[in-house]
Amino acid sequence: MPAFTPPPLPSDDKRWKIVNGTMRKNGFARHALIETLHTVQSSFGYLDDDAIRFVALSLRVPLSQAYGVVTFYHYFSLKPPGEHTMTLCTGTACYIKGTDKLVAVAEQHLGVKAGQTTNDGKISLMTARCVGACSRAPVAICDGDVAGEVTNEQLLAQLERWAVA
Amino acid sequence: MTIEELEQIAKGVHQENEKYDFEVNVCLDLACASQGADRLREALIKIAGESGKKVLVRKTGCMGPCSSGPLVRVDPEETLYHHVNSGHAEAIVNSLGGDPVPALQCDLNEHFEKQVRVVLENAGHIDPEKIDDYISRDGYKALLTALTEMTPNGVIHRITESGLRGRGGGGYPTGLKWGTVAKAGGELKYVVCNGDEGDPGAFMDRSVMEGDPHRVIEGMAVAAYAVGASKGFIYVRAEYPVAVARLTTALRDARRRGLLGNNICGTTFSFDVEIRLGAGAFVCGEETALIASIEGRRGTPKPRPPYPAVSGLWGKPTLINNVETYANIAPIVRNGGKWFYNMGSERSKGTKVFALTGKITNTGLVEVPMGIKLGEIIDVIGGGVPGGHKLKAIQTGGPSGGCIPAEMLGLGVSYDALMAAGSIMGSGGMIVMDDTSCMVNVAKFFVEFCMTESCGKCIPCRAGTAQMFTLLTRICEGNATMDDLELLVDLCGTVKEASLCGLGQTAPNPVLSTLKYFKNEYIEHIVHKRCPAGVCNIAGASTTEPAHVEVLA
Repeated sequence: MPAFTPPPLPSDDKRWKIVNGTMRKNGFARHALIETLHTVQSSFGYLDDDAIRFVALSLRVPLSQAYGVVTFYHYFSLKPPGEHTMTLCTGTACYIKGTDKLVAVAEQHLGVKAGQTTNDGKISLMTARCVGACSRAPVAICDGDVAGEVTNEQLLAQLERWAVA
Repeated sequence: MTIEELEQIAKGVHQENEKYDFEVNVCLDLACASQGADRLREALIKIAGESGKKVLVRKTGCMGPCSSGPLVRVDPEETLYHHVNSGHAEAIVNSLGGDPVPALQCDLNEHFEKQVRVVLENAGHIDPEKIDDYISRDGYKALLTALTEMTPNGVIHRITESGLRGRGGGGYPTGLKWGTVAKAGGELKYVVCNGDEGDPGAFMDRSVMEGDPHRVIEGMAVAAYAVGASKGFIYVRAEYPVAVARLTTALRDARRRGLLGNNICGTTFSFDVEIRLGAGAFVCGEETALIASIEGRRGTPKPRPPYPAVSGLWGKPTLINNVETYANIAPIVRNGGKWFYNMGSERSKGTKVFALTGKITNTGLVEVPMGIKLGEIIDVIGGGVPGGHKLKAIQTGGPSGGCIPAEMLGLGVSYDALMAAGSIMGSGGMIVMDDTSCMVNVAKFFVEFCMTESCGKCIPCRAGTAQMFTLLTRICEGNATMDDLELLVDLCGTVKEASLCGLGQTAPNPVLSTLKYFKNEYIEHIVHKRCPAGVCNIAGASTTEPAHVEVLA
C-alpha cells in the first residue's frame, strides 16, 4: 500500500500551518479530528467548507463524519463571528436570576435572534450553556471578558459602545 | 524522585516562605478575576515592593464565598478581606504587622465553621501553577507511597475501605469500579478523568482543576497504578480555557519532576496524561459518549454492557471517574481508608463539594461532610435567602435532578436521601429558588435543556423530551387541560424507562419532582390560568396558538 501523503495546504495563509501542526502532533490519527477542528476554529474563528474538507482529507476521515462532528458539537460554528461577540450565559443559576430577560433585551436591541450576527457584521449575539461563573449570575461574556451581575442597562450600554466603535 | 526528595522540595518551599513575614493570598478564580482581582494583585505586588516589608503576594484558586469577591487572605493571621479592589491595596499593605483593615474584614465564621475541607484543602492556599507549592502541602506523597510501599491491590483495598462513591452523580462505589478494571485482562488500559462539567449551574470541577490541578493528576496516577493502566486522558470542556491552561502547565511540570512519564520514581510503573477538549455537548458527560468524543466522533452513547471497565476507549478496559473523585484519592491514600470512612453518613462517606448559587446570600463553593442537613447549608453556610423573599425550593443534580421543597430542609444530604426525595446528588450544583421562581417554568427550562442536548440516537429521548417541552409550554402559556397533565406524567414514565442513556432516563426528574411537591402550581396554570410566581406570561383566554415543536421521530 502506498504511503499516505496529506493534501497540500489550502492557501499560503500561515494559520494552516498551525492547523497542520496539531495534526502532525497527533500523528495524523483519526481521533485527532476534534482537536484539529478546535485549532481551526481558534485560528480562523469558524469552520468553512474548505477547512472541513482539508481536515477530513488530511486525517482520512469521511467528509460526512467530519461534518457530522462539526454540527453535533455546539462549540463549533459554521458562520464567521461578528467583530464583537456578546455571549449571554443561560445556565440554571443565570436563568433563575433572569438571563431570559437579558436575551430578550439584546435581541430586541440588535434586531437579531440569539446565535445570529447583525447585518453590518459588527456584533454576534450568542448564548452559552454555562461558563461556570454561576456565583455571579447573570453572566455575560463580552469579547472573552466575563462580567457578572449584569443589568439590562449595562448590557445595552456595552452593545451601544460596540455599535459606534 | 523519592519520598526523601519530595520532602526536600517541601522543605525548600517552607524555607523560602519563611523569608517572608506575611503572605497575601489573592483569589484569582473566575468570579474574583471578573471583578478586577488581577489588577488588585498587581497593585499589591507594587505597593508591597515599595513598602520594604517582606511580603509574598500569591495568586490562588477559589477560596469559596464568591459573592464576597474579590477575596484576599493575609497569612499567618488568616485575616480574610472581602470586596477588595486595587484601591485597597495600600491599606492592606499598611495594615501588615498591625491591626487589620476593619472596613474590609469579612465576617464569615459561620460560613466556614460548618465546612470540612478535603477536596478543597489546597484551594486558596497554593499557587496552582507551581508544582512545588503543591508538593509543600504533601503533594505527590500519596503517589510515591502507593508506588513504593503498596501493591495495586493494596491501593484498591484502601479505596474500597474508605467507602468513596463516584462524585459525578451516580454514586457508584469507586473501589468496586477500580477492582473491575484491575481484573479486566489485556496489556493496554486507560484511565479517564471526566471534566466535562455539563450541568449548568455547577462549577466545582472547574474550580478544582483550576485551583489544584496536581491533585487531579495525582489521583489519576494512583488510579492508573492500581488498575494497571499506562495512559490517561483528561476530558475538559472547551468552555473552561483557564482549566485547560492550568492542567497543561501542571502536566508539563509533573513530567519535568519525573512524576509522570516512563519508570516513575525508578519503578516499573509508567504513566502519562493527555488533555482532550470537549466541544459543548452535555451528553458527553455520559461515559460511553465521552469515550466516543475522545475517539474523535460524535458523542453518542452506547448500550451497556459492555461497561467501559471491560471495553472502553478503543475497546480497551477503561476507568472513568469524575474530577472530584480523583481529587479525593490522594488524601485517602495518605490518611488511610478508615479516616475517610469515619466522615459522613452511614452509606455516603466523606465530604461533597457543592456550588451554591441562585437566590442565596453567600454564593460560591462549599465543602460539607455528607449527611449535613440541607437547612444548615442554606441558612448557616449560605446565609439564607436575600431580599426578604421566602425560600421555595432547592434544585440539586441539574437537568437530571429535582427540586426539593423548603419544607424538607431537615433532609440529610446523602446519595440515598436525595434519591428518595426524588432528586439526585448529581455532580454538586445546588441552586436555591425563592418565591419569585415558577416551578413549572423551571421544569420547562430543564426539559428544554435536555431536548436541545439530546444526541438524537434513541427515539424516547429525542422525541419524548420534545413532546414534554410542548406540553410544558402549553401549561406555561395557560393553554393546557388536565388531560395534558396526565399525558405529561405518562410520557415522563416512557422517557424514563425506555431511553438509552442517563440523559433521557433522568430528563423527566425535574418534571416529576416539581409535580410531586408543587402540583398546585401546575393546577393554577391549567385551571385558573395564572402563574402564582408571576413569571409565566399567560395571555388570559386561550387565543394564542399552542407552541409547536418539530418532532423528528
